[in-house]
Amino acid sequence: MYVAVKGGERAIENAHRLLAEERRGDPAVPELTLAQIDQQLAHAVDRVMTEGSLYDRELAALAVKQARGDLIEAIFLLRAYRTTLPRFGASEPVDTGEMVVRRRISATFKDIPGGQVLGPTFDYTHRLLDFTLAAEGAPVAAAEEAEQSVAAMPRVTDILGRDGLFEAETAEDDAPVGDVTRDPLEFPADRDLRLQVLARGDEGFLLALGYSTQRGYGNNHPFAGEIRLGEVDVEFVPEELGFPVELGEVTVTECQMVNQFKGSATMPPQFTRGYGLTFGHCERKAMSMALVDRALRARELGEEAAAPAQDEEFVLAHADNVQATGFVEHLKLPHYVDFQAELVMVRAMRDAAEQDNSRKVAAE
Amino acid sequence: MTSDETTAAFGAEHVAGYNFAYLDEQTKRMIRRAILKAIAIPGYQVPFGSREMPLPYGWGTGGIQVTASVIGPDDVLKVIDQGADDTTNAVSIRAFFAKTTGVATTERTAEATLIQTRHRIPETPLREGQVLIYQVPIPEPLRWLEPRESETRKMHALAEYGVMQVSLYEDIARYGRIAKAYNYPVRVHARYITSPSPIPKFDNPKMDRNPAIQLFGAGRERRIYAIPPYTAVESLDFDDYPFTVEQWPESCALCGATDSFLDEIVTNDKGGRMFICSDTDYCAGRRAENGEETAA
Amino acid sequence: MTERPILRVRGLTRLYGRTVACRNVSFDLWPGEVLGVVGESGAGKTTLLKCLSAQVEPTDGTIEYDTRADGLVDVFALSEPARRMLLRTDWGIVHQNPRDGLHMGVSAGGNVGERLMAVGARHYGNIRSEVLDWLDRVEIDTGRIDDRPDTFSGGMQQRVQIARNLISRPRLLFLDEPTGGLDVSVQARLLDLLRQLVASTGVAAIVVTHDLGVVRLLAHRLMVMRGGEVVEHGLTDQVLDDPQHAYSQLLVSSILQV
Repeated sequence: MYVAVKGGERAIENAHRLLAEERRGDPAVPELTLAQIDQQLAHAVDRVMTEGSLYDRELAALAVKQARGDLIEAIFLLRAYRTTLPRFGASEPVDTGEMVVRRRISATFKDIPGGQVLGPTFDYTHRLLDFTLAAEGAPVAAAEEAEQSVAAMPRVTDILGRDGLFEAETAEDDAPVGDVTRDPLEFPADRDLRLQVLARGDEGFLLALGYSTQRGYGNNHPFAGEIRLGEVDVEFVPEELGFPVELGEVTVTECQMVNQFKGSATMPPQFTRGYGLTFGHCERKAMSMALVDRALRARELGEEAAAPAQDEEFVLAHADNVQATGFVEHLKLPHYVDFQAELVMVRAMRDAAEQDNSRKVAAE
Repeated sequence: MTSDETTAAFGAEHVAGYNFAYLDEQTKRMIRRAILKAIAIPGYQVPFGSREMPLPYGWGTGGIQVTASVIGPDDVLKVIDQGADDTTNAVSIRAFFAKTTGVATTERTAEATLIQTRHRIPETPLREGQVLIYQVPIPEPLRWLEPRESETRKMHALAEYGVMQVSLYEDIARYGRIAKAYNYPVRVHARYITSPSPIPKFDNPKMDRNPAIQLFGAGRERRIYAIPPYTAVESLDFDDYPFTVEQWPESCALCGATDSFLDEIVTNDKGGRMFICSDTDYCAGRRAENGEETAA
Repeated sequence: MTERPILRVRGLTRLYGRTVACRNVSFDLWPGEVLGVVGESGAGKTTLLKCLSAQVEPTDGTIEYDTRADGLVDVFALSEPARRMLLRTDWGIVHQNPRDGLHMGVSAGGNVGERLMAVGARHYGNIRSEVLDWLDRVEIDTGRIDDRPDTFSGGMQQRVQIARNLISRPRLLFLDEPTGGLDVSVQARLLDLLRQLVASTGVAAIVVTHDLGVVRLLAHRLMVMRGGEVVEHGLTDQVLDDPQHAYSQLLVSSILQV
């Protein structure tokens, strides 16, 4: 007698064991430590923290290790952990103007108060494979220690803002900042929610969308007003104290795009802002985010919104890679029943068409 | 132990470090409020603050959150995918709840108090007190006709459903029949057009005036909707092209059923095939009744 | 004519930023009457039509429509459901570009039958026979009922749009450059058909066009617009044969020269 294939608990268990084995790889090769991942694959850790919306280098490194380097899987792991954490409240807004800056560049002014600080960047490296890296253990020549700027560097956008050339941004209302991880997104979405979705959004998706705005699909004439990387303090106001206490510091990358705006009945011509912020050092993501943020402001600024990057529902509904990968990959799950229903339907329609044809032939 | 015994399969103690049924109590309360609202407005999609779950989107995160919010220690849980208890995803979700709640699980439809399902409604009629929880990928029945959420919500609010009827009209004009085999749209309580989740239309009549509570959870799309017990659920059609369900030329090769949804099994590469019940519990039950020995 | 206009417009103004699209437009439209609006492109005709048909909210002024139930009501004071109901039953809009007015992926029959289904028609056979009747009235081969409009010529697409609107027996029809983009012989046939249908159904209509030939044939009354304002308003023949305003004179003479 025929017995249909059993999915079976044992099969799953075995698959998990096989995965664990493959994850470890050849036992003759030393196992990666979390510290190694944190230190030597720092951009991977940064990205996982940013899109996983959880600032914890060790957990992010663990996720990268457990996911075998699959960053979307690692983001997923971190998110699933984050969702179980209790929430005590929201921090005070971090002040990036008070950042201890390690990198700070502006494409809008040659010189700015505080100067351009190149910092650790791939930007001007020649992309030649460095075979000395293949030979492990080669000592690295120490970089010349710049004098750490102790004085806070003013943000370029604040400098522009002083002349009224740059739009002042103030909260539209006193409503608390929304939280897309707690409440369902409704359209049209306010900017706080849009920025949250973008901050959690997939780097590749935002990169492509940002890129599309540079190629004529919703151009908004961007200039990289400023990109800065460094450490900022995180403060929290416990209800019982009523004043802010410092919880610690986090590394963030901030990008402020400066965009043209022709003005409207109520606003004189001025520059407008596209904003990007990430945990760690994720410059590409921060820039893409700033481009897309500005593109999504088309409605608010009374611009024509015809390009994909300006389409709020399209962008926000598809930016999350954990959602996207889940739904794409769920096609692997069985769909026997729906397919069977289709089979029955197609056969019945084919039969009907055949009968139709034979009737026509008989009639001729 | 035979497979059809009710068992607390993965140990009675639930896993340490996590709340009962994984979600924290505050989240459960939020989801229960959404469920209550959904029951109060049959067929209406209630937005809810869907959480990130340790299972991927598309694997049933909506159904899992609904189950996690309504399950209690005395519940008996059944999980099916494609009608079967032994498909990998059903096994995995059952194991998840066994691990995080320690509740008893079963494969028997009649013994379950909660049934989480993907793509099917059990053949065994449900009774009062049971809760059927559907996993829903796309909760919006109008999505294929209008991609914008802001527009579809308006269409629901105003009951502007002309385009849906046009899509049925198009099928008849083109194919001589309504060519929707699954995810066949229904109208709940003569008001909201609702997606039955992609169950085959064969199962649609079971939704109508069902004594059980039917809850629908869409995790990625963050929507919950419901059909309260004994609520009218009408499959859309035309007066002169009434709704019909599919029929098979054969009966189940294992239990001989002629009234159940049959899966087609390709037995060899020479065109050999057979049909067996997609509902494994129903099939096993019929075989036991017929006094046939079932393989353990 | 009845005592009450079907549409009463007062002081209608629409600004885009600092740009004036149309300013201070006032008129009454009577049941069964066809009003033509002419002017060069940029004169504000299309914005005016969009305001009148409740697609764009005016910056200032009122638009009142004579509803079947409550008489004259301010269109923008209506709830959105009521306004949308008007749009798909009592009103019709024929767009210049058929793509804006038709579902190109849906058969001609589905397009024409949609309004019936939207208000609850559930008998396929009956819907179909009414659709066939309307296809026939707009002179489309009924054998093409199941073909998609993107396989039709431009003139046929316009006729499908007209049938799609008229099937719900609207009382007011908005036509935006209905013959734009069609070649001359097709234009003439479509205008002839439109004139016939307007006469036989008694629908009131507002036709926006830059083509004086269109209004000469269709419109009882004419408004000439320039720079967002109405510069002349009168009976069509009077305005065309004896234009008073300098701009109307220029418009009429430039057409005659062609």
